[in-house]
Amino acid sequence: MLGYIDKIKEVSKRLLEEGQVEMVIGFRKGTLSMMNEPHFARTPAEVQNFVWDSNCGINLCNYLTNRTEKIGILAKGCDSRNIVTHIIENKIKRDQIVIIGVPCKGMIDRRKMSSLFEGEIDDVIEDEHNITVKGAGFEKILNKKDVLQQNCAVCIHRNPVIYDERVADLVDEQTDIDRYADVREIEALSAQEKAAYFEKLLEPCIRCYACRNACPLCYCPTCFTDESRPQWVGKGQDTTDVSTFHFLRAYHCAGRCTDCGACERSCPVGINMRVFTKKLEKDCLELFGWEAGLDPDVRPPLDTYKPGDPDDFIK
Amino acid sequence: MTIVQIDKENWESSIKKLFGAYRLFGPVKEADFHNFKQLEAGQLPDLSCLNTRLSPKSIIYPQTEVMFKYTLDENEEDHHILKEVDKDYSPQAVMGIRPCDAKAFELVRLNFDSPDYKDPYWLNAYTATTLVGLACESPCKTCFCTTAGCGPYHEEALDVLLIDHGDQYWAKVLSDKGDAFVTAAGWTDAVDEQPAIKEIETKKKTAEDKISAFVKTDNLRQVDTNELYNAKFWEEVSFSCINCGTCTYVCPTCWCFDIQDENRGSQGCRIRNWDSCMYPLFTLHGSGHNPRGTKLHRVRQRFMHKLKYYVDKYDAGIQCVGCGRCVRLCPVNIDIRRVCGYMNGHVASAEACEV
Repeated sequence: MLGYIDKIKEVSKRLLEEGQVEMVIGFRKGTLSMMNEPHFARTPAEVQNFVWDSNCGINLCNYLTNRTEKIGILAKGCDSRNIVTHIIENKIKRDQIVIIGVPCKGMIDRRKMSSLFEGEIDDVIEDEHNITVKGAGFEKILNKKDVLQQNCAVCIHRNPVIYDERVADLVDEQTDIDRYADVREIEALSAQEKAAYFEKLLEPCIRCYACRNACPLCYCPTCFTDESRPQWVGKGQDTTDVSTFHFLRAYHCAGRCTDCGACERSCPVGINMRVFTKKLEKDCLELFGWEAGLDPDVRPPLDTYKPGDPDDFIK
Repeated sequence: MTIVQIDKENWESSIKKLFGAYRLFGPVKEADFHNFKQLEAGQLPDLSCLNTRLSPKSIIYPQTEVMFKYTLDENEEDHHILKEVDKDYSPQAVMGIRPCDAKAFELVRLNFDSPDYKDPYWLNAYTATTLVGLACESPCKTCFCTTAGCGPYHEEALDVLLIDHGDQYWAKVLSDKGDAFVTAAGWTDAVDEQPAIKEIETKKKTAEDKISAFVKTDNLRQVDTNELYNAKFWEEVSFSCINCGTCTYVCPTCWCFDIQDENRGSQGCRIRNWDSCMYPLFTLHGSGHNPRGTKLHRVRQRFMHKLKYYVDKYDAGIQCVGCGRCVRLCPVNIDIRRVCGYMNGHVASAEACEV
């Protein structure tokens, strides 16, 4: 993945030079280790700022919403699936974007990395398989596979599903992955245990809405949490209001979530809120055989009716 | 000024004495990180903490605070009348607060305790609070306190400054509140002052030298407000912003709040919650018009408030203490140090006025 950047720059530059796009959305190097910042280039010269490594975990599809330019956009597997969802939902027209596909081998979980070391991490240097972590009084080489974001570790769509340009050969997709072990554990709990589990899970929430705002699916002009006439949900730290926000947010992603992990990656207090969206993802797969964002020409299960749709819930 | 020494072997027993006199708060590690929590009787503040994930501002200024209660039940006396709720303003002490977070209360005070307005909730809590700081020996890479009007040994807003001194803590008493705290803890063993002060100076210098990040703020007052407002760099700065409230909620100096009435049946309360200038709802008018309708507007507002309007209004430096939380926790790595550089270095140009 480290070798992609030359090709990324070459393609981006060409698209801008030829006037195929007005801007290209990618990443520039961050000011912290394990952080790159979503960034745009409007001129061929600005393409020089682009970088690509295992710290490009933010979902760039989020930056397409409501833009009117002709856009080139770098897209990992998950990003591309969200672009497909945007197309399905008429948020963007296919011909407004040039998708630069980036086959992905997973992004580093910076939260996990920080928790592995007592002191502050100063520098993280990666090669194809390993990462060298340096900090005050320590230096350690880790296998990249062991410190991937959890959603990347269980990802089965690393390659972009739709693209106009591609910066590298496709990578092998992971097979024999148990995507839902964590969901099954929660499913096995009693209702009371689940309630307690969720309360504990959401206890640190400060309602910054980073999970919602990092998500490309959350583009409503007025989110239900911001609706004030009438108000739908209380704005304080009451546990019912906090969990209402999380549950409703997750349900709004049903059949749409691609498990890109942007929500978890963005959370400043380390909440694993993906357990909610993964449960819905699992249900969609089991009930409708549906995985979000694979084909722009197929309508999602929640906006179609088929006579064979499961109806066991009608008692 | 007195400096007392506390043997670490006596630390636990002296903290225990404080529980009778104060509600004690300190860093507590939960899951992967530390936050300030009220300590249970006998619980020790974890002073090994580099700094807490969230700032301690909520101890004085809770994220959600009930101000009034009311009843709409006409059978009850005083129905339809807002009534103050009882609050606990008994003495409380924050142990292990970093000098930057303490200084933040001084900056916030300019807003909550002004000649025109006194915020009773903030002021009462603040008055009841003793700030027992812990000098930083190992600042983070994201700390830029020394150029944000503060520093790892900064004493300005503290009542006591604790300094780790091998198998002892030294406690430098900085105010009457601090004196009372030290007395309650039974810390009476004064050290020979002159050599101690000299040694603290050396340690302070060592800690300050470890700071590796800086901001330049010397030009912020001179830059023309309108030109800064119209500067071209805001598009670049704001592009990656997702308009979450992380930066404002983790910031020790962000003070904005929203007031809500919450009813349940005929009973209700009036509460105030932290609010964030990153949210569209923050400025949404009743008419539907939003004067800060785009994320560029909102990102610009946050930085202009901290680094320009505040500077101009109070002449007390920037509204930032360099704790680095917003830098560390921004999901997309927007870095106030970079933005401050753009703002401080902004040169008026003809282009800038066109916008």
